[in-house]
Amino acid sequence: MGATSALPEGQDQIAGKTNDTHRSEALSPSSPVVVFPDDAPLKLESGQVISPLTIAYQTYGTLNAAKSNAILLCHALTGDQYAASVHPVTGKPGWWEALVGPGKPVDTDRFFIICPNILGGCMGSTGPVSVNPKTGKPYGLDFPVITIGDMVDAQVRLIDHLGIGELFSVIGGSMGGMQVLEWAARQKKRVATAIPIAAAPWHSAQNIAFHEVGRQAVMADPEWRGGNYYEAGVVPKNGLAVARMAAHITYLSEKALQGKFGRNLQDRAARSFSFDADFRVESYLRHQGSTFVDRFDANSYLYITRAMDYFDLEAAHGKLANAFVGTGTQFCVVSFTSDWLYPTRDSKAIVNALNAVAANVSFVEIESDKGHDAFLLEEPEFHATVRGFLNAAAEKRGLDRPGGLA
Amino acid sequence: MQKAIPLAGQQRADHLLIAEMVTPASRVLDVGCGDGALLKLLAETKSVDGRGVELSREKVNLCVKSGLSVIQGDADRDLADYPDRAFDFAVLSLTIQATREPKTVLENLLRIGKHAIVSFPNFGHWSIRAALLFTGRMPITPNLPEPWYATADAHLCTIKDFVDLVSLVDAEVEDAVAFNSHGKRLPIKNSLSLQNLLGEKAVFKLKRRS
Repeated sequence: MGATSALPEGQDQIAGKTNDTHRSEALSPSSPVVVFPDDAPLKLESGQVISPLTIAYQTYGTLNAAKSNAILLCHALTGDQYAASVHPVTGKPGWWEALVGPGKPVDTDRFFIICPNILGGCMGSTGPVSVNPKTGKPYGLDFPVITIGDMVDAQVRLIDHLGIGELFSVIGGSMGGMQVLEWAARQKKRVATAIPIAAAPWHSAQNIAFHEVGRQAVMADPEWRGGNYYEAGVVPKNGLAVARMAAHITYLSEKALQGKFGRNLQDRAARSFSFDADFRVESYLRHQGSTFVDRFDANSYLYITRAMDYFDLEAAHGKLANAFVGTGTQFCVVSFTSDWLYPTRDSKAIVNALNAVAANVSFVEIESDKGHDAFLLEEPEFHATVRGFLNAAAEKRGLDRPGGLA
Repeated sequence: MQKAIPLAGQQRADHLLIAEMVTPASRVLDVGCGDGALLKLLAETKSVDGRGVELSREKVNLCVKSGLSVIQGDADRDLADYPDRAFDFAVLSLTIQATREPKTVLENLLRIGKHAIVSFPNFGHWSIRAALLFTGRMPITPNLPEPWYATADAHLCTIKDFVDLVSLVDAEVEDAVAFNSHGKRLPIKNSLSLQNLLGEKAVFKLKRRS
């Protein structure tokens, strides 16, 4: 391996093995799935259709008899359905165990939580790694370009399948927050409360630019092979790792990076006068890149980042406020002070649009130096806000307290 | 800075009066809602559908955690986004004197709410007049505790000044009550001049002249 490779030496064997696990999870996931057959194709915004459609999902807690305690969790770009359970590929805890569980802010003793893998994902829902029924081979780049709205329409199928009319809440951070906004705009009668976190009503030029860097890194990797790497049994891991490294920087604040790494050297006393990972921050990013390729599909990364770039709720409705006309949903919009990827002004644009239609909206900006990733991390003020908002709304709707009287 | 408002039981006297002025089960926007005390009072005693706007991040978080619908925002900047007559009552409680453009804020309140309720400290109170007359300096009172260079209250007015503003923005007074320094309501038969002299704070219920 070259000295500038994103992958640390000696990782090839492990990466190769894990990638098999990853691909088998994509094709036959550990979690439950629902398959919508050919007679019910999913119509996409592009005009194309997906059929059959598979949605892999995980649930936590118990659905009550009235089916009134269901919460839909929408995951972010590289998330999955394992919000509060062990990840079958990495063996790591779920990505939102800080918030989801018994007695936690999103309380599984009180609510029934549904977390689907998004359309275009690679953990069991239909995506570019799935088998294209027309060819019997993985879709690759034959997979149609999808939008956030398409992801939501696929989730609607799942909620219908589960027999749930109205969701007590739809919650998500980052790209999950975009899905929350699409749910609120498209399914006004079915969303009682909504919590878009660290989100935006449109993807900014800067965000599109970062995504383009990531995609170009993937496509520049010769192992990408025009998207047909599955059959060759290879993975464009160097390209995908670089994409992840660049993206990871945007998830942190400058202050957090400086505080965590500074100019400290990694496992050495002096500069090596080479292109090795001399600095701790380099070593950290290379690690982030190499572990990511073990659990994520490169083509999925292209499709999902594209869907985010296409997201513009204002353009879709002429005026952002028009997206929410007639809404009865109670909103709690949350942003973080040090998030420069989806800054507070984006959340305020959502709030202003909701105010313009006299919607019921709360808005909280959480003081944090953890950057965009703050929504995944230990942030007591944020957790208290989610808990308070959900509990008050549940109280208003007469949902049982855990262990309380019916 | 929490103003020293005489309490009647646990509630601020002006809050109790505002609660009397608000119709049950109406829609209320409380601009400058602080820790949400008025919104809670209105929800409990009048079953209102209440919303709040508050500048301080800490206070907003406190409100949302306790289940109130409150956004972090600024009366000067964010009221423009609300549609006409979105609320039955738009309340501005002891906040107008701290806004940059009280006239615009009042116009927005009268536009957003079918009624506007505004309470403010009366700079015409005898103690303030006396302090200015005898010390020759800006008065510092329990109600206005900050020195002139530190206070956020950049636009203080008297009851008479406020009445002038009400007619300037083409609104009419539906109800007006002044409190003395003990939190007692001054008899309504008192003349405006007497209220302006004896009232430490005032609460006005207004509507647009149609």
